[in-house]
Amino acid sequence: MKILVCMKQVPQKDAPLKLNESGTWIREDVSYEVNEPDAYALEEALRQKEKHGGEVVVITSGPARAQQVLREALAKGADRAIHLEDDAFVGLDALNTARAFAAAIKDEQFDLIFTGLQSDDYGFAQTGVILAELLGWPHATIIMQIEKNDTGIRVKRELEAGFFQFVNMPLPAVLTIQSGINKLRYATLIGIKQAKNKPMRKVALADVQSALTPNLQKIERLYVPQKTKKTETLDGPPAEIAKKLVDKLRNELRIL
Amino acid sequence: MPSILVIVEQHEGKLNRVSWETIAAGQAISADMGWSVEAAVAGNEIAALATEVAAKKLAKVYAVDSPQLGRYNPDAFAAALKQLITAKQPTLVLMPHTYQVRDFAPKVATQLARCVISDCTGYRKDGEKLFFTRQMFQGKFSADVSFASEAPWLATFQNGSFRGDKAEDGASAAPVEIFAVNVDPAAVRNQPEEWFKEAKQAVDLTQAEIIVSVGRGIKEQKNIELAQQLAAALGGEIAASRPICDNGWLPMDRQIGSSGQTVSPKLYLALGISGAIQHIVGMKGARAIIAINKDSEAPIFEIADIAIVGNLFDIVPPLIEEIKKAKAAS
Repeated sequence: MKILVCMKQVPQKDAPLKLNESGTWIREDVSYEVNEPDAYALEEALRQKEKHGGEVVVITSGPARAQQVLREALAKGADRAIHLEDDAFVGLDALNTARAFAAAIKDEQFDLIFTGLQSDDYGFAQTGVILAELLGWPHATIIMQIEKNDTGIRVKRELEAGFFQFVNMPLPAVLTIQSGINKLRYATLIGIKQAKNKPMRKVALADVQSALTPNLQKIERLYVPQKTKKTETLDGPPAEIAKKLVDKLRNELRIL
Repeated sequence: MPSILVIVEQHEGKLNRVSWETIAAGQAISADMGWSVEAAVAGNEIAALATEVAAKKLAKVYAVDSPQLGRYNPDAFAAALKQLITAKQPTLVLMPHTYQVRDFAPKVATQLARCVISDCTGYRKDGEKLFFTRQMFQGKFSADVSFASEAPWLATFQNGSFRGDKAEDGASAAPVEIFAVNVDPAAVRNQPEEWFKEAKQAVDLTQAEIIVSVGRGIKEQKNIELAQQLAAALGGEIAASRPICDNGWLPMDRQIGSSGQTVSPKLYLALGISGAIQHIVGMKGARAIIAINKDSEAPIFEIADIAIVGNLFDIVPPLIEEIKKAKAAS
């Protein structure tokens, strides 16, 4: 099977984020990492390839720094990479990101496309579903298991409140992958060495520009959330905090 | 007059309770903007359900009916709702941000050459303009987002953003219109099977009065024991955010959040949990929330009653000792 994995670079989970001067985006001088569900999507693609053969291709959009997630994916075993490289890709809405990806892969023939179920920055949870619609393919979201069969695939969808569901669907298809579907692997030293010689195709903004339109939604303002609750902060040395907290548990919350 | 269309959710003829929240959202926006508000429910032979919805203060309820809408699948639902939206031309389409809506809403929007502002927690009227508030960067920031296209606009609201019990009843029942749609069975590609639960789902955290919950800040599997000791000292249950269960450090049935259990204990003690939206929706109903986290900007502190900024490994051991002392003395 030939599988494309859409990956995104996002700020590190515990990176302190600051707003830019216009208050419309973050200051980009932070540490980045791969969007976590995308790492699971890559792992799943590698496992499917190990079972059924084929090829794993990784794609991302973003500035030069975003290449790091592709390098890591190649080191883990992806065969080649596609980088839509431009600062402008960061500001695209989900529809335009999907359009850019669709344009970048128009000459390819994949059996499956994986995305993480959502990103840790925008959190749209939409790009995979939109990409499927643009390609005219079926999709399934929040996937926890994938089995290939004679007619296509049988996937396990996670539903709410502990429910699941199996869905049979034909190929090609787009799946959005849930974190925890598998156990992530680490890149090996040999993998890291080999990654340097694997192909990386660069796609410029100009190459896909004709597929894009102005964003259909606009972030007017980004701000620190207003507190809706009165929070009391306990501080001091740990032993003192422990005493204060137990006092509250006993006298205010009446739990002890 | 511009109109709001609320698409409610049902499964096997029963309404998902979050639907009432979305109706309450529609009514609130309707009151602010002076727009009318209608609702729609899609399914196979769901007129009875449409009648149930029609008890609310709504201008009309559409029963979007087709044999192809029996068991949810994205092709049929998107086709049906596209027909409804195209025919009725609402200005704003509101939906709950459920897993089902996440599965079809971006598809419908793309078919209509529109977009969805997803996972909103509220809205704000600014002059004649409508902004939708949503969280970004895992809850570290909020964003005011506006539509930059012509209507119809589509938006989804996160679970718990509005109070379902605030959805107003109408003075009389709203008219129900059966909206029959044509869905070509051959165009439906996914064949979904029945819903099921994993057999081993054994722990019912919804009944727990005290929950000690761990997140990434616990760092290593062996440290889970420390949290377990704290839970034992308090006489509570141990739970976790998703990444901990993904790692297999605690079983999946200990998970709190949108994909796990939703709880409202007397005390929720969050250890090293940053407070991503997916976790918050599962525990914000707790009567008291105590959060211990080394990052003073962690979103969990937005909803905490008691905040402790510090290293949990420094604070939890003396806390266990103090709790034991207090219990021994009482």
